[in-house]
Amino acid sequence: MSDFAVEFDNVTKKFGDNVLFEHFNFNIRKNEVVSIIGPSGSGKSTLLRILMTLESIDAGMVRVQGESLWHMQKNGAWLPADERHLRKCRGHMGMVFQHFNLFPHMTVLRNITEAPIHVLGQSKEEARANGMELLRTVGLADKADAYPSRLSGGQKQRVGIARALAMKPSILLLDEITSALDPELVDEVLEVIRKLAAEDAYTMMLVTHEMYFAREISDRVCFFDAGQIVEEGPPEQIFNAPNHERTRAFLNSFLNI
Amino acid sequence: MIEFEWNWAFAWEVLPLLLDACKITLQATLLGSVLAIVIGLLLALLRRSKWKAVGYTAYWWMEFVRSTPLLVQIYFLYYVAPEWGLNLSPMVTGVLALGMHYGAYLSEVFRSGIDGVDKGQWEASIALNLSPYRTYRDVILPQALRAMIPAAGNYIIAMFKETPQLSAITLLEMLQLAKIMGSENFRYLEPFTLVGLIYLVLSLVASTAIRQAERRFPKEGFTLS
Ligand SMILES: Nc1ncnc2c1ncn2[C@@H]1O[C@H](COP(=O)(O)OP(=O)(O)O)[C@@H](O)[C@H]1O
Ligand SMILES: [Mg+2]
Repeated sequence: MSDFAVEFDNVTKKFGDNVLFEHFNFNIRKNEVVSIIGPSGSGKSTLLRILMTLESIDAGMVRVQGESLWHMQKNGAWLPADERHLRKCRGHMGMVFQHFNLFPHMTVLRNITEAPIHVLGQSKEEARANGMELLRTVGLADKADAYPSRLSGGQKQRVGIARALAMKPSILLLDEITSALDPELVDEVLEVIRKLAAEDAYTMMLVTHEMYFAREISDRVCFFDAGQIVEEGPPEQIFNAPNHERTRAFLNSFLNI
Repeated sequence: MIEFEWNWAFAWEVLPLLLDACKITLQATLLGSVLAIVIGLLLALLRRSKWKAVGYTAYWWMEFVRSTPLLVQIYFLYYVAPEWGLNLSPMVTGVLALGMHYGAYLSEVFRSGIDGVDKGQWEASIALNLSPYRTYRDVILPQALRAMIPAAGNYIIAMFKETPQLSAITLLEMLQLAKIMGSENFRYLEPFTLVGLIYLVLSLVASTAIRQAERRFPKEGFTLS
């Protein structure tokens, strides 16, 4: 069994003629918290989207909890993954989106229970009890029957987190989950993530522009640029003593605002 | 000699008969609509299939049906299908033809309604591992429906107004009956005027109902289960 929760092995990803990743290698240990920072367009979202099967790859191998994601083995031969295989792999992961992507026509609780009932086969009672428990965890038990439009951005995102957790993932993919929020609502969302990281029960990949937060909760910080990992290491090293000029320039651009 | 003044006595005599025939018209419209909705939805989903050949077939079928007159399709089902051993009553033929014809139009309405749903909703559904069936049923269609109501409603009204074409295959709907009444009594003014008025009233009622349905369609809380 692999020690890694996520492995990118020599991956190529193109958009048309545009090569984003080439010979890309990247591993994440089980229960590691990794922050991915870098300028816009550097491929941070695509990295998470490949894992969540929202984007496919052009070459190489991606493994999730030791299992190849985009390929499956049948009678000794490697074949492209079929829908059943992808569904099995997706079960390891939960994703939280920058723009929440809550289901606007469903109540908060139904947003959370929909997939556990229809994908995990939980009974309605069980799913509701779990859902309420999760809502208490994110501090929104009183909003169970509200519709998403009645919530603030911070509350929406906490529902987004609860909805992902309800599927009992071992890997959490968080793509700029506070970027769409008013500044005063950022902390209530980060507080939830902080608690999750402290549980040490999840492998977490977070794309973020909240540098102080990345520094606080990460085991490792990776600086991305143009589809490449320019530099990675423990947060103290990346933030205090970056080796690369590009990393320094990027971090400086944050200090200046 | 044919009179041109309105004859109330004759009008009152034919009205109940016309209203009775109107039931046939409504029945054909109603069943035709149900079939059109099913076919339209099916075509819209097939066009989104990940197998290109399936999508193209559905597309060309839709184009073909929309580019040929309804009457040709009605005749085809009524006169040609029996040669292949398919004998259908005028009503069944009518419902099939209307359902097929308007199903092609509705598929376009459904397709654009589905395309109008935010792409993030699909992505959330994938991330939550919902099956395609659950995704359409619980996430996409409830959100697409509101946008579909006006255009779909207009096609159903259009279908209603085309039911007289079914008289061509001897279905005794309203217009066919009016024609018979007229020729039997040598008076066409009253039956045809009344038929026009009945269509007018029902179409107005239907379009008002559609506007209301759209206006009152719940923004939130509408699910298919
Ligand atoms: N669906 C797509 N089609 C074409 N190009 C894309 C698509 N998604 C992303 N890209 C390109 O890939 C690059 C990386 O995008 P992304 O992963 O979103 O970057 P980041 O999240 O770091 O801002 C960008 O240059 C972007 O234009
Ligand atoms: Mg991004």
